[in-house]
Amino acid sequence: MSTPAEFYQRDRLWHPPAYAKDYKTSVTRSPQYALISLQNSASEITGPTFGHRDIDPIDNDLISNYAAPGQSPIGERIIVHGRVLDENARPVPNTLVEVWQANAGGRYRHKKDTYLAPIDPNFGGCGRTLTDENGYYYFRTVKPGAYPWRNWVNDWRPAHIHVSVFGSGFAQRLITQMYFEGDPLIETCPIVNTIPDKAAIGQLVAALDRNATIPLDTIAYKFDIVLRGRRSTLFENRLEGN
Amino acid sequence: MTQKLNYLKESPSQTAGPYVHIGLAPGAAGFDIYREELGWDIAGPNAKGEPIRVEGIVIDGTGSPIKDVLLEAWQANSAGVYPHPEHPGEVEEGFRGWGRVITDFATGEWGFDTVKPGPVMGRNGRMMAPHINLWIVARGINVGLNTRLYFEDETEANAADPVLNLIEWERRRATLIAKRSERDGQTVYRFDLKIQGEDETVFFDI
Ligand SMILES: [Fe+3]
Repeated sequence: MSTPAEFYQRDRLWHPPAYAKDYKTSVTRSPQYALISLQNSASEITGPTFGHRDIDPIDNDLISNYAAPGQSPIGERIIVHGRVLDENARPVPNTLVEVWQANAGGRYRHKKDTYLAPIDPNFGGCGRTLTDENGYYYFRTVKPGAYPWRNWVNDWRPAHIHVSVFGSGFAQRLITQMYFEGDPLIETCPIVNTIPDKAAIGQLVAALDRNATIPLDTIAYKFDIVLRGRRSTLFENRLEGN
Repeated sequence: MTQKLNYLKESPSQTAGPYVHIGLAPGAAGFDIYREELGWDIAGPNAKGEPIRVEGIVIDGTGSPIKDVLLEAWQANSAGVYPHPEHPGEVEEGFRGWGRVITDFATGEWGFDTVKPGPVMGRNGRMMAPHINLWIVARGINVGLNTRLYFEDETEANAADPVLNLIEWERRRATLIAKRSERDGQTVYRFDLKIQGEDETVFFDI
C-alpha cells in the first residue's frame, strides 16, 4: 500500500493573507499564530466524491431553476463557462462546482440581506453542476448587480459570482469569487484587494467570450478555475519507510 | 533564458461572505430550491461503530461567537477507511464521510451526528489517532481554515499521533481535543474553536 501523490504546497503569497486590514471583518477573524505545515496524508489527499445522483440537470440553470413556469428573472442573460484545471493544466473531471450570487439588482435571496433593491420572485441565486470528463462546466444565469456593503462608508462590491469547488482531495477545497471583465469597481474593492498580486486578481476576472454567446439570446463569459496540482508519482516509494 | 515550466497558479481564494448559505445551504438562507441539499448525512444508515454527536461554537478575536460560519467535515469510517477511490478498503453502503454544517444565526452553535472514525494510516507507516478533518469558511475568513478534531478518550493514540506531535507547544495541542460527555444516553463531543487570540485553535497549512 503506497501513499497517494501529494498536492503541491499552496502558495500563500498568491492567496490573500488571513489579516487584511482594509477588509475590516478579517481583523478579528484572522488567526495570529502561524499555520502548522502538514505533509499530506490520506486525510488530505482523499476527499468527498459526488455523482449525478446527487444533483439534478436543471441545477445549473439559474434562469429557470427558481422561476415560475413561463417566467424568468430580470437581468442580462449570461452563460458562465470554463474548465476546472489543476496546476499541471490537467482537467479535473466529475467535480462539484457550486455557485451563488445576487440578482440583477444586487440583492441576495437571504434572510439576512436587507438591501433596498427588490428580491426577484423568479430568481433563487444558486446553482450547482459536475464538471464533465474534460473538466468542463457551464451555468446559465443573469448578471448580478453591484451592491453596497458596510466596510468603509461607501464601499460597493463589483458584480461577482461566488464559486465553491471540491477537486479530488480535501486539500484542494476552494471558495472564491468570479468578477466580470471591464467592471470599474474591481479596482477599489477591499475584498478583491485582499489579494496582494495584480496577476492573481486577474485570474478571477472572467473574460467576455463572444464565441460562446448565443446570438440574439445570451452573452457569455469564460472562467477557468485552477485547483492545486499533484506531484508526479515517480518517487512515491520514497515517501514510505524512512 | 531557460525553458518555461508552464505550471498554472491556483485560483486565489476569496471569502465565502455572509451569504454562503444561498449556495451551500439554501434552506438556511430561507428558501427551498434543490431536490436535496448536500452534506447533512455523514455516516449513512449502515455505518458501523459508535454513533456520536459533535458540537461547538466558533469564537472570534473579541471573544464573541461567529454566527455565519460554515464548516465541512471529512472523516474515515470506524475502520479508518476514507470513502475514496485512492484509499484502500471498503466503506459501508451510504457512508459519505463528508458533512456540511452551519451555525445557528442567533447563538453561533453548530453540531452534527456521525460515527466515531477509526485510526488512519499516516505517512511512513505511522498510525494517526482517530480524527475528523474540518474546513471552516465565513465572512472575514479570506482562505478557508483547516484543522483537525481529536477525541479526548483516545489518550494513548493521541500521544503517538504524528500530527499532534508536530505541535511543539502542549498547550496548543489541547485546542484540538474534543471533550467527551453523555447526554440522554448519547455520546457528545464538544469542540469549540477559537479563531484568534488566547488559546487560538491550531490551524494547518495542508
Ligand atoms: Fe457577494
